[in-house]
Amino acid sequence: MVKNKENSEDLDFWATNSEEGGWNISSTDEGSQKMNDEESEQQIKIQTGSDVVDDYFIEEETSEDERMIVNMGPQHPSTHGVLRLQVELEGEAVRRVKPIIGYLHTGMEKTGEELTYLQGPTNTTRMDYLSPFFNELVFSLTTEKLLDIEVPARAETIRILMTELNRVSSHLVALATGGMDIGALSMMIFGFRERELVLNFFEKTTGLRMNHNYIRPGGVAADLPDNWQKDVKEILKIIPEKLKDYDEMLLDNPIWQGRLQNVGIITPEECLAYGITGPSLRASGQGWDLRKMQPYSGIEKFDFDVPVLQESDVFARWRIKVLEILESLKIVEQAMDNMPKGPYKIQDKKVTPPPRKRLDESMEALIHHFKIYTEGFKVPEGDAYVAVESPRGELGCYIVSDGSSKPFRMHVRGPSFCNLQALPIVMADSPIADAVAAIASLDPVIGDVDR
Amino acid sequence: MNEVQHIEVNEYHDHIKSLLEEGYEMMMDLTAVDWFRKKEPRFEVVINLLSLSKNLRKTIKVQVPDENLTIPSITDIYPGANFYEREVFDMFGIVFENHPELTRILMPDDWIGHPLRKDYGSGRIPVQFKNAPSVD
Repeated sequence: MVKNKENSEDLDFWATNSEEGGWNISSTDEGSQKMNDEESEQQIKIQTGSDVVDDYFIEEETSEDERMIVNMGPQHPSTHGVLRLQVELEGEAVRRVKPIIGYLHTGMEKTGEELTYLQGPTNTTRMDYLSPFFNELVFSLTTEKLLDIEVPARAETIRILMTELNRVSSHLVALATGGMDIGALSMMIFGFRERELVLNFFEKTTGLRMNHNYIRPGGVAADLPDNWQKDVKEILKIIPEKLKDYDEMLLDNPIWQGRLQNVGIITPEECLAYGITGPSLRASGQGWDLRKMQPYSGIEKFDFDVPVLQESDVFARWRIKVLEILESLKIVEQAMDNMPKGPYKIQDKKVTPPPRKRLDESMEALIHHFKIYTEGFKVPEGDAYVAVESPRGELGCYIVSDGSSKPFRMHVRGPSFCNLQALPIVMADSPIADAVAAIASLDPVIGDVDR
Repeated sequence: MNEVQHIEVNEYHDHIKSLLEEGYEMMMDLTAVDWFRKKEPRFEVVINLLSLSKNLRKTIKVQVPDENLTIPSITDIYPGANFYEREVFDMFGIVFENHPELTRILMPDDWIGHPLRKDYGSGRIPVQFKNAPSVD
């Protein structure tokens, strides 16, 4: 049944203010969001063509009144942001789950239609706040595809260097918060401590720790700082050492293994059906990585492996992030050693504003600078979809241009948005403690979900 | 690598089904474009499919008829289309037939209007400065 909310008498009672005035928060009713009709895990597995069952499976039937609906979130530390999960519990067992999102919706796709292409990365960088460089990269690549231009080699390599460092920092947060949700609090401190190294380098290069607006259509905003190799070398030296520490602490730890192995299984069939990409897909035995299969920004020149694990459980999804950090560091090292010389912005006067020095000398340069920053450059009509491999999966950007200097429609395909759909099948019929581990392993970033 | 196909609404569901059988295992993206006063019909739904085995992408574009803004849902083919169709319903008001639960996803349930339509204003609030001299 389709509810059209435009006729207001149709509104659900709980969605509006109650007659006494104010929200009725004391009720434990399902609220305005109703749960779906019951669908057992077995049925979903038949639908998606898989028959693997989690080891912990609560089968016994109890009476209806022992079931209760609990809202996890929106403010709950283990939901990684303002994610609300409506969970139907039967004792300790989770029977049904419904993710309810939108608490962080800020209308960025609408805003994107009002900003010029040069202002666009400022907007998209705020979507997935743990991997902002990828958002800027995908927007810039799509704009460049529409403009049909190629950025200089140095800009490409700087982009690879920054995005791969960003993958390291993002995965470190995923490991840290994942550990925190399960109770390994030292992992949280460790993860954030090592991330700080990377963020310091970002701050030195771009001026900000998050929301950099560094990668822009036509290149990058600024060149790398002096002695940047020293900082990168330090990162390359320290992070592998610390990863060894994590392995010593967790890899052979029987508590960690017992807690995570065979928990929250997503089979490859479910991954394909629900469009789950990234580390979760690679932990389910599919060696799909856009960096290898559909390379972007010259990443095909780098030598690295794509780690693939077969176990499909939370442990594999944790492990694969550690392995991916090591592979990313390989790319960073090669990018550092083979950094080409030359301009870091495209030398196309239509796209790149003149350098600051020229403004004092030339009236034309001043006019040109003014035009690019106020009106923006025009982009030919057409549409383009470009995807990159973000730390959470395929991050795509679809831009429709009508020939003006602002996108007619800007859509970002966030990986977290799609991966969140797997929560009901991962969490159903498992203990609530495992459910928390499963959310952490999917690593949703709510800024990316709600946009 | 990326092939674009334009499909009629009545062939849409069956065509997507045949593409799944052809080996496009994943639906990567489903969105819509509002061609307000630029094109007829007004709404266009854009679907992006990916084949892992063949390493191919395919973009399907479907024009949604203006009269009833209804298009079949493909959640029975790709379960992952669920959130995307809810988002398009929320943002553009396009109704997906046979969708398991077509409710708003990003906006509040009692929201009126569909924000990504071109005739929907961006909602700026005028700033009132304190002690500012009045103009008139």
